[in-house]
Amino acid sequence: MQSNRLPIGGRVDRSRRLRFRFNGTVIHGFAGDTVASALLANGVSLVGRSFKYHRPRGILCHGSEEPNALLQVDRGPGRVDPNNRATITEVTEGLTVASQNHWPSLEHDIGAINDWLSPIFTAGFYYKTFMWPRALWDKVYEPLIRAAAGLGVAPKEADADRYAQRYAHCDVLIVGAGPAGLAAALAASTSGQRVILADEQAEFGGTLLHDTGSMIQGMQAAGWLVGTVAALADCRNVRLLPRTTAFGYYNHNHVALLERVTDHLADPASGLPRERLWQVRAKQVVLATGAHERPLAFADNDRPGIMLAESIRAFINRYAVVPGHRIVFATSGASAYRAAADARAAGVEVVVVDVRPVAACGPELALLRAEGVEVLTGHTVLGSTGRKRVRGLIVAPVDADGRIGIRRKLTCDAVGLSGGWTPAVHLFSQSRGKLTFDTAIDAYRPGRSVQAERSAGAANGSYELTTCLAEGWEAGLRATGRDGARSFRVSPATPTGFVAVRVLPGEGNGRAFIDFQNDVTAKDIRLAVREGFESVEHIKRYTTTGMATDQGKTSNMTALGLLSETLSRPVAQVGTTTFRPPYTPVSFGALTGAARGALFEPVRKAPLHDWAAARGAVFEPVDRWLRARYFPRPGEDMRAAVSRECRAVRSSVGILDASTLGKIEVVGPDAAEFLNRLYINGWTKLAPGRCRYGVMPKEDGYIFDDGVVARLAAERFHVTTTTGGAARVLDHMEEYLQTEWPNLKVFLTSTTEQWAVIALQGPKARQVITPLVDGIDMSAAVFPHMAVRTGRICGVPTRLFRVSFTGELGYEINLPASQAALVWDAVYAGGEPYGIEPYGTEAMHVLRAERGFIIVGQETDGTVAPDDVGLSGMIADAKPDFVGKRSLARPDLMAAGRKQLVGLLTEVPGVVLDEGAQVVENPGQPALGHVTSAYWSDACGRSIALALVAGGRARHGQVLHVTTQAGFTAVRVTEPVFFDAGAERVHG
Amino acid sequence: MLLIPCPHCGPRSELEFHCGGEAHIARPTNPAATGDQRWAEYLFYRSNTKGVHAERWLHVHGCGRWFNVRRDTISDRFVTADQIRSAEEGS
Ligand SMILES: [Zn+2]
Repeated sequence: MQSNRLPIGGRVDRSRRLRFRFNGTVIHGFAGDTVASALLANGVSLVGRSFKYHRPRGILCHGSEEPNALLQVDRGPGRVDPNNRATITEVTEGLTVASQNHWPSLEHDIGAINDWLSPIFTAGFYYKTFMWPRALWDKVYEPLIRAAAGLGVAPKEADADRYAQRYAHCDVLIVGAGPAGLAAALAASTSGQRVILADEQAEFGGTLLHDTGSMIQGMQAAGWLVGTVAALADCRNVRLLPRTTAFGYYNHNHVALLERVTDHLADPASGLPRERLWQVRAKQVVLATGAHERPLAFADNDRPGIMLAESIRAFINRYAVVPGHRIVFATSGASAYRAAADARAAGVEVVVVDVRPVAACGPELALLRAEGVEVLTGHTVLGSTGRKRVRGLIVAPVDADGRIGIRRKLTCDAVGLSGGWTPAVHLFSQSRGKLTFDTAIDAYRPGRSVQAERSAGAANGSYELTTCLAEGWEAGLRATGRDGARSFRVSPATPTGFVAVRVLPGEGNGRAFIDFQNDVTAKDIRLAVREGFESVEHIKRYTTTGMATDQGKTSNMTALGLLSETLSRPVAQVGTTTFRPPYTPVSFGALTGAARGALFEPVRKAPLHDWAAARGAVFEPVDRWLRARYFPRPGEDMRAAVSRECRAVRSSVGILDASTLGKIEVVGPDAAEFLNRLYINGWTKLAPGRCRYGVMPKEDGYIFDDGVVARLAAERFHVTTTTGGAARVLDHMEEYLQTEWPNLKVFLTSTTEQWAVIALQGPKARQVITPLVDGIDMSAAVFPHMAVRTGRICGVPTRLFRVSFTGELGYEINLPASQAALVWDAVYAGGEPYGIEPYGTEAMHVLRAERGFIIVGQETDGTVAPDDVGLSGMIADAKPDFVGKRSLARPDLMAAGRKQLVGLLTEVPGVVLDEGAQVVENPGQPALGHVTSAYWSDACGRSIALALVAGGRARHGQVLHVTTQAGFTAVRVTEPVFFDAGAERVHG
Repeated sequence: MLLIPCPHCGPRSELEFHCGGEAHIARPTNPAATGDQRWAEYLFYRSNTKGVHAERWLHVHGCGRWFNVRRDTISDRFVTADQIRSAEEGS
């Protein structure tokens, strides 16, 4: 029942009938229809409820600027998407769409009570109402406001679609394939340079798609369009991107495009992404983004059936749909006359109401009257009648002084409004180009460019078709580095020009909507000015005008004009708000692309990950790595498992995958000098074959990283870093090497992923490893603690470190990562007679804390200097300088009362403190510091903790208090060592 | 996203770079003899220029080299890009 479909004409494919559901009702349409055109074809005019007042709303526009007709689109499970504009949603067979923001139904909406209460929902309503009391903000007001806010419902299922992203480079990017963009593309294509032409619509052509009256170069506009698109498609250097919106213009001609790939397909080929995000870097950009028509503001100007005049023309000519059978066109300019003429030609009864007096009208008036159309010049619109559909327009003559004459009701079932045009300067403004206000067209137009771009056609404020084509051509030539002009023969001349009217002269009552999507009325803006707001940015936020998802494309200029009028200040002085990306809404899916699920933050797995997983390890994220935290046996909780693992290390032997340690190979004649300059320690005297624990501060003196450094040869060091610090330490080294000491002969190579590290720790470690090693004398006298040897283990080359992060005798076996599993299995098998246990990061943390070893990032936080954690003894005083040395003498770092590392023992031994808990002298007093590490220690048979406490070293023996979930608990300050204070066991 | 002129690789997307802040902040040649105020200025004081600003960039996901550029902080236009020259190349 396409009652409003014309029998012939339009660009829809009548041979392909499509059905879709709107609020459960089956709607028939044709291929080429949008949901909006199909709904209108079926006589559906009510498509939504407004945001604030729940007023019945219909379709206003035919393009992406639509503020009212926002629909929930359902393409199946995981493919539900709210707030889709009916005017750009293409009809596909079986599509399901629904209107939003009403309950229980679109026809009967309880929320419409807001419309009756509208006197209280004025500008700043939320600010005024929900201010007090503060206690109600989170629990009452916010949920209330959110529930009442009228847009679609966020989908609850994960998005089932795939989204692609790609980068592209081109010489010329042309945005918009209307007449100006097409002419620009034609001109640019002849250069042979790489051209991209993108347009947000399904078909190229812009206004030519509904311009049935113009002749270009002797051809009908539609014919010229076919030839032009075909010519461009034949150019190998031109890429055509329909259904592609340029939504963001960023630095250095970086333009983001959103291509809609499958939404218009009922049954897309598998593997196609739903959308594709293009990031284009263009040498030159041509903006041919067109212009937006403005509605007129009068009381009840928002009833369903009231549309933009040019949109009525588009629905008739492009979709062969007549939105009404008796249409009143209310206008303040010339372009609506052409819409009226086309409507009349389609058999619609037409009346034109023009605000302009006869003298201000152009030749369009006589032309239309000659066709027998009634035109009321010098008339205003006082209001509309009807409820869920417009039924009439109340009009009256108005004289130059605003005196209103005798009113008259024009019966109608649709209204076309035209309040003039606004160039779509969004992308130009985003490019940081300077907008200038042009009173001749009552709009901001592109002024001085900042980036390599140029605007053409309606986007540039030029509305005549012949000018659009000529400007486009010239822009395309110039963008390719050439000069020249071409004139296009166009007939008849485009009717242009309008008189800017902010709010039509009226009787002052009733609500004239300016911003349809956010329900902002002329009264709201006037009220804001009365309340003292003057800045356009403030008024925007106070009234919310232009802040909806359409960003005020149809309303901003009227709002600015009204503001200018109310403030009695020229528009140019009122200014305009900032245009920000995106031009139209962009799905999160497209922005996210492939970075979802497992690819959201890729996980790094150590070489022995699979072994640990098979063994039932519980993992924890450490930086990007997943590390085994502990290996529970059946029935064990974390404390039991960790205690067992610690016991194995202390009493016999344990094995840990330490491969995530960062590793950097530092090589060259100046390697030792280079390290001298970066660590607090000295390296010159470290003999080849020896290791040293190093502390690396930044220039501000604070600890940046730490780790064991082995000297393998005079000019070769094997540096280790923390797991999380590997990349930044290398960057830090490179920075100093390149920028401060470029004369040092040193090479740096990251080897983190090349070396697997197996830590074997415990009194039995030597017995376990010795039978597996070739070419290294393992005896304690020859291979002491803090030594490194090279040789083979299980036949695999190794750098064998004798080091300990547990306080026990131990080794760290460095070997090629590819051989890690083989060696691990052999070591593990060798340890079985001794009861070897794999241990995880948690046991590692406990073991090192028992010995008082710090972890950078746990005991330090970027404000902790070496002395604060008791490491000043490592500073090589003989060195005249190292990065950070001078800062250690800064007054702040020498001041008394700095936080220092201490041990804390709870008075109740079983209480394990919370890491991060505050430490105070007495409850109620300010914090002295905080707990940095806290564990149950199996070796000590009690809890232990490390903390940073102001003046901590002078407090040994004092009782302090620490916050817990249940109040304060008493602790005694100790040395930060809880086990083997003489450090004898490592030599075992 | 900026298009940054790496003197070694040519113009590349900002994604590949790490900004190193203001350029030409010379490390005092004798820190031990540098007073607290002067040292604090070296560490913490930056010009925060509105206009042409000399700054350092690291082409971290490219050639791995540091270089200096002058960028107009108002327009983001790059004025020059210089290699940081090594001692052998002369200074
Ligand atoms: Zn580079």
